[in-house]
Amino acid sequence: MKIVVCIKQVLDTAAEIQIQDGKIVSPGSPLIMNPYDEFAVEEAVCIKAAFPESEVTVISLGPDSVKETLKRALAMGADRAIHISDPSFAELDHSIVAKILAKAIQKDSFDLVLCGRQAVDDDMAQTGPALAVLLEIPFVTVVTKIQFSENFETADITRQVEGGCETRKGMSLPFLVTCQKGLNEPRLPSLKGIMAAKKKEIQTLGATDLELDAQFLDPKNNLLHLVNLSLPPERKKGIILEGEDIAKQLATIIREEEKII
Amino acid sequence: MDKEITIIVVVEHDQSGIKPVTYELLNAAKKLAGSGKIIALYFTDTEEADELALTHYGADEVRVCIHPDYHQYIHETYEAGLLSEIEKAQPDILLMPASNSGKELSAAIATRLEVALATDCIDLQLSEDGEVTIKRPVFAGKAYSLCKLSGPKPYLITLRPNIFRGEGADETRTGEIVKEKISLPDFLNPGLVREVGAELDVTEARIIVSGGLGMQGPENFKLLEDLAEVLGAAVAASRPVVDNGWQEYSHQVGQTGRTVSPDLYIACGISGAVQHLAGMSSSRCIVAINSDPNAAIFSVADYGIVGDALEIVPLLTQEFKRILEG
Ligand SMILES: Cc1cc2nc3c(=O)[nH]c(=O)nc-3n(C[C@H](O)[C@H](O)[C@H](O)COP(=O)(O)OP(=O)(O)OC[C@H]3O[C@@H](n4cnc5c(N)ncnc54)[C@H](O)[C@@H]3O)c2cc1C
Repeated sequence: MKIVVCIKQVLDTAAEIQIQDGKIVSPGSPLIMNPYDEFAVEEAVCIKAAFPESEVTVISLGPDSVKETLKRALAMGADRAIHISDPSFAELDHSIVAKILAKAIQKDSFDLVLCGRQAVDDDMAQTGPALAVLLEIPFVTVVTKIQFSENFETADITRQVEGGCETRKGMSLPFLVTCQKGLNEPRLPSLKGIMAAKKKEIQTLGATDLELDAQFLDPKNNLLHLVNLSLPPERKKGIILEGEDIAKQLATIIREEEKII
Repeated sequence: MDKEITIIVVVEHDQSGIKPVTYELLNAAKKLAGSGKIIALYFTDTEEADELALTHYGADEVRVCIHPDYHQYIHETYEAGLLSEIEKAQPDILLMPASNSGKELSAAIATRLEVALATDCIDLQLSEDGEVTIKRPVFAGKAYSLCKLSGPKPYLITLRPNIFRGEGADETRTGEIVKEKISLPDFLNPGLVREVGAELDVTEARIIVSGGLGMQGPENFKLLEDLAEVLGAAVAASRPVVDNGWQEYSHQVGQTGRTVSPDLYIACGISGAVQHLAGMSSSRCIVAINSDPNAAIFSVADYGIVGDALEIVPLLTQEFKRILEG
């Protein structure tokens, strides 16, 4: 089975952020693999362990720093990595990024595509379904379980819905899923994995390798245009309740001042 | 604007009927539409659908599209129905909830039609010359991004639940109701098994009672459930609580969990790590109960109680019960 995992490098979730010159910055904070993409890499590696005739390719689009994240995926057990990089990619919106990823994936054959359910930086949750549409394969999002049949040709796939879950039975490959927490426990790369990763190849593809012309990559084609970024409004300073009857005080406030109940 | 705008609102519903978030979409649509037209699109498998309420909340037209495959949501059938209705109505804007379904559906449609999509918006503006600007949280709410949409119509916009609540129903309001049996392509409809409990989802709850490691153990979540029951609230949790298996993942609030904006968020024994704050700091009113007066959660709390949550929560349950019953 040829498995492709799309991963994104994001700012550490513990980072406190600032806005400078219209950009989000967080000096000194590390860049990490998007936490949901870790579930995708882990799942791919587990599938390979269960079905050894598999190959796991990880793909990431972004600047040079992305190579570190790709190396982590290789250390977790992926077989090869593709870094999609070109200076002209920096200003593109999600719709165009999905098209570029699709072109890169289509350079080779594939059976299963795994993505995270969303990136924890821009929280769009768009890339997975968009990719599936572009690749013309079925998709299931926010997946918490993939149960393959014995011959690894079909799978029962469970996804989270508001208030519960639902399972789609007997989905045939190829398909795309976006991975949610609960799917597995992502491993920490072992020392052996890290050593093995050093020998694995990271292939770089640029705009010309993907036959993308200047017209296609013109940020004027973006459909979503950032006007500005702001920090959330400061919350007004809170009140610490004190005294014997705090429960009564709070209940009264919630009813009479906040009028919530 | 030289032309009146048309807005389609996609009705989200389940076994128990139309979901409240649908009325929020209609409320947001009303603010934008001016004298334009709001069409509510209701995909269902029954002619007995409860569509009337949609007109009370602002729909000028309700299109009830009936097909047996609509006995429950799967994105393929919704996509097919939506594409054909978009073709007919030529809307300028399509509004959907930023639910798990709304997010995947909007992404698929936007890609097929090559139109703009903005996910999980908390504000929408339409300028005189027809430009649409949206505001949406990024980094799970650590920042807000203001964006303009461009390109061919319709613009697809999903709205965060609980933000666009309006005045409620106006039962004197009327609208046109069109019911039609539609045809759908044959989907290789894989058996779909849905297990949805009676439990209120945290993203849809008006009030949330949330517990952290300070609750000491899974058995003490009973105290939170009792309080939640009195308040009609959902129970949520911090990540380590979920990682310890005390609560299901669907209850995790934070940057790698659910993002919630209820009217009231009661945080019990939660320290207030940035990843947790990211998921809940846009709640209207925040109450924090923590034994450590220096806990970061107090920096976002409107009301704080310094003390043992295990003692205070039952007192709150009693007190709320008393005033709600009295
Ligand atoms: C990649 C990544 C993603 C993450 N995503 C999330 C996320 O989505 N959501 C999330 O919540 N966290 C997330 N975290 C974890 C986060 O950093 C914190 O570790 C976590 O939020 C802490 O949970 P807590 O407040 O329950 O526990 P603690 O930080 O241990 O706090 C417990 C609190 O309880 C108080 N306390 C103790 N006993 C009592 C008592 N009897 N009564 C009252 N108070 C008491 C203590 O004073 C303390 O403040 C993430 C971390 C990483 C690295």
